[in-house]
Amino acid sequence: MGFHLPKNFLVTGEPMIVVAEVLSVLTLAGIIFVLTYYKKWKWLWDEWLTTVDHKKIGIMYIMTSLLMLFRGGVDALLMRTQLALPNLHILDAEHYNQIFTAHGTIMIFFMAMPFIFGLMNVAVPLQIGARDVAFPYLNAISFWLFFVGCMLFNISFMIGGAPDAGWTNYTPLAGSDLAPGPGINYYLISLQISGIGSLMTGINFLVTILKMRAPGMTLMRMPMFTWSVLITSIIIIFAFPVLTVALALLTIDRLFGSHFFTISGGGEPMMWANLFWIWGHPEVYIVVLPAFGIFSDVISTFARKRLFGYGAMVYSMVVISALSFLTWVHHFFTMGAGPAVNSFFSISTMAIAIPTGVKVFNWLFTLYKGRIEFTTPMLWSVGFIPTFLIGGLTGVMLAVAPADYQYHNSYFLISHFHYVLVGGTVFGCLAGLYYWWPKMFGFKLDERQGKWAFWLFNIGFNVCFFPQYLVGLMGMTRRIYTYPEGLGWTPYNFISTVGAYMMGVGFLIMVYNILYSVRHGERDVTGDIWNGRTLEWSISSPAPHYNFARIPEVDDVDAWWHMKKRKRKQPWELRPLKPIHMPNNSGRPFIMSIWFFIAGFGLVFEWYWMGIIGLLGVLYCMLKRSFEYDDHHYIQVDEIERTESAAGRA
Amino acid sequence: MEPFRKRLRQWLTLIGLSAVLLLAGCSREQYVVLDPKGPIAKQQYDLIVWSFGLMLIIVLAVFGIFAYVIIKYRAKPENKGYEPPDQEGSKLLETVWTLIPIVVVIALAVPTVKATYGLEKQPSSDKPPITIKVTSADWKWIFRYPKEGIETVNYVTIPADTPVNFEMDAVGPMNSFWVPSLGGQEYTMPGMVMHLWLQADQPGVYQGRSANFSGKYFTHMTFDVIAKSPADYDKWVQQVKKTAPKQTEEQYLQLLERGLAKKMTFSSYPKIADQAGLIGEVKGIRDKMNGPKEPDTGTMHHHHHAH
Repeated sequence: MGFHLPKNFLVTGEPMIVVAEVLSVLTLAGIIFVLTYYKKWKWLWDEWLTTVDHKKIGIMYIMTSLLMLFRGGVDALLMRTQLALPNLHILDAEHYNQIFTAHGTIMIFFMAMPFIFGLMNVAVPLQIGARDVAFPYLNAISFWLFFVGCMLFNISFMIGGAPDAGWTNYTPLAGSDLAPGPGINYYLISLQISGIGSLMTGINFLVTILKMRAPGMTLMRMPMFTWSVLITSIIIIFAFPVLTVALALLTIDRLFGSHFFTISGGGEPMMWANLFWIWGHPEVYIVVLPAFGIFSDVISTFARKRLFGYGAMVYSMVVISALSFLTWVHHFFTMGAGPAVNSFFSISTMAIAIPTGVKVFNWLFTLYKGRIEFTTPMLWSVGFIPTFLIGGLTGVMLAVAPADYQYHNSYFLISHFHYVLVGGTVFGCLAGLYYWWPKMFGFKLDERQGKWAFWLFNIGFNVCFFPQYLVGLMGMTRRIYTYPEGLGWTPYNFISTVGAYMMGVGFLIMVYNILYSVRHGERDVTGDIWNGRTLEWSISSPAPHYNFARIPEVDDVDAWWHMKKRKRKQPWELRPLKPIHMPNNSGRPFIMSIWFFIAGFGLVFEWYWMGIIGLLGVLYCMLKRSFEYDDHHYIQVDEIERTESAAGRA
Repeated sequence: MEPFRKRLRQWLTLIGLSAVLLLAGCSREQYVVLDPKGPIAKQQYDLIVWSFGLMLIIVLAVFGIFAYVIIKYRAKPENKGYEPPDQEGSKLLETVWTLIPIVVVIALAVPTVKATYGLEKQPSSDKPPITIKVTSADWKWIFRYPKEGIETVNYVTIPADTPVNFEMDAVGPMNSFWVPSLGGQEYTMPGMVMHLWLQADQPGVYQGRSANFSGKYFTHMTFDVIAKSPADYDKWVQQVKKTAPKQTEEQYLQLLERGLAKKMTFSSYPKIADQAGLIGEVKGIRDKMNGPKEPDTGTMHHHHHAH
């Protein structure tokens, strides 16, 4: 128990880390200075920290994810630099291990998923004609739990030492015998905290989509992105409890000396691999199905055609979601499960290619006979097709269990999952970012810069990852921090590193694009800057906080497209305005998450008194909430009228 | 400041070399997975080639359609007034592109299942196999020859043209035993014995490594597989028995502790070596040897295992 300050509490051994520490402190000081100098603290609190508006929460998710894309990207560049040539010692083994652990963990948990959650938050209620999500207060808690989980994970490399057992964190390597100290505790507890938020987001969006659709919007009239989020929410609800349990078991092992995963105590180390991937494989679809949804919406918008085979697209996603739970063993075909088990999981994995293939052909036939405009979001969506095809088909090759014995944990595998995760999820997130940006902020990101960023990133991506297929076939395994000369690996690694830097430049252009467009971006005065098809484009940009002054009535897929075609106003558009019921802002989700942070930090260092204080704080916040009755207000008709006419609407 | 300067120099070297693209010097032998040196690797290679061929057909077909539609149907000033048709879909087309992948999956699944079962069996079943026990420990490979009673570290000598039955376990973290020239890998895990058949057609030296991350010096967990002609192999065994030192229990336990080791050869190994992988934890093995211990009442997070 007690208060033991570990040796090296503030990590100082590594010059690079010291530099990062200094920069972090300076950044923090800079933020505090700017907020104070421009008197923005109240604005920050009123507009952002206490908000329960799904659009603002979405924006905060996206901004944090972009920050994490930067952090995870810098980690990637460090790794690629270290591997550019044989026998380099820019990073030592320990530092390298921490960096690839951070890279994987951050990219999945703190970049890909929250980016998707951000886009969900921004777009889903607007797409279904709703004024909010089902549980706005819970939504704020979800975000803040993700945020503090993310921050807790990110300070690990400066305070106490970072986890270094890989993002898959296999036992017994991650157990307390082989990995003493706070590193792995950081991994377990920060993922636990943000995981609670993810599970709640899943529940929130399931209920939102099932219960809050505008009149007439049957399930089979929903935009494809909303469909993908519905299915993703169901996967989250089934998959995340498994992660929660796995993290909890290992935490109890490490903190309190139980033996769920230790042999000599009668535990089973392989159970971690099973639990991790029972969650982990569906997780892949949690991040890629919404990307499929984004591509579907963007492609039909810019091909100026409705989505080809809407029904088949829906059913294929349903089939994929079911299969995603039946393939986890393919992550360890070589763990000796026996030929019957391997054959089953081999075929169930290959089977995913069938619905996925249907989707690819449906996208191609949406483009067919269209009038395709290559805007930036469309470039990311069209660029996705060949990239994902290569990733997906190498995935089928990996599914061949006996062949996988030769690919497993090699760079062939690394290349495959980057092709699907970057080519699918990241391309999808960026397509969504450019697509919905005007809806979030009321101006467009510069198209020319957007295209530069796309081409640099896309070409850099292929230059980076294609050679990795080849070097994998040369026997290079993942997670090695250096390699000798004479194996033939050098040219491929060098080219790969060059590609990684091109991606980095592409990312920087994207960031510049955002900064540039804040001042110079084309202003969106119509609310429908892309000539869109779905309901979010029927309201002004940025969307007013109540979203829809009148709840629309829907009678077909691509509801807004048909409304535009009809020209004559429908009865619902002529109805008088009514006061709108909205939830109040609340500081409690933010404050509660700080208590979670305190509890988490205490548990990381096994300072149980601090853990208990933090958890008591959490409990107190929950108690306060349950005695709160005055938690909503009405927006009156005159205010709605003012807002609408300010946006140029009658 | 010394490491700083050293790193700076390395960064500069790296930047200097960036100017030169090193594309030369790659031959087929370097693609070890695509250059099988034994019947197991050959079976896997055949599957790789078969699956690659099938996938390549799909890639070319889809890339073709993709290029056609995005070039033909892009927005141009000439088709400004063109309004795309309102197509809902096509039952016929969608059925076709559901059936094609089903056929491909079947074409892939049948040989996959066959090989999955086939690889469990001894290759070239007419020849008597030899058994070698493999234990991975942090961060080295220990090979025991139960029939001959000898032990090697970080290299293993095998007779060529003879099936080798590797029986594998681990002390400490999981690793994966991989000799790509001879065939695909298998995990080594504490508390569990795994089997892997490998065979080399010709004498030669083949690179092996761990494919599963196991901590700090995982990168250096490489080993050589030295295949000798059966006659030379027998000679090697006799020589080891005659000239190599015996391994004491203490030496063996020392070997299990975390750290790197050189290549080593022993003419015997202690009994404890046969149980080590099943106990799986260095501490557990030491405890077991020292007999039952008083239950530990010390700090909670420092669990000792009472047996």
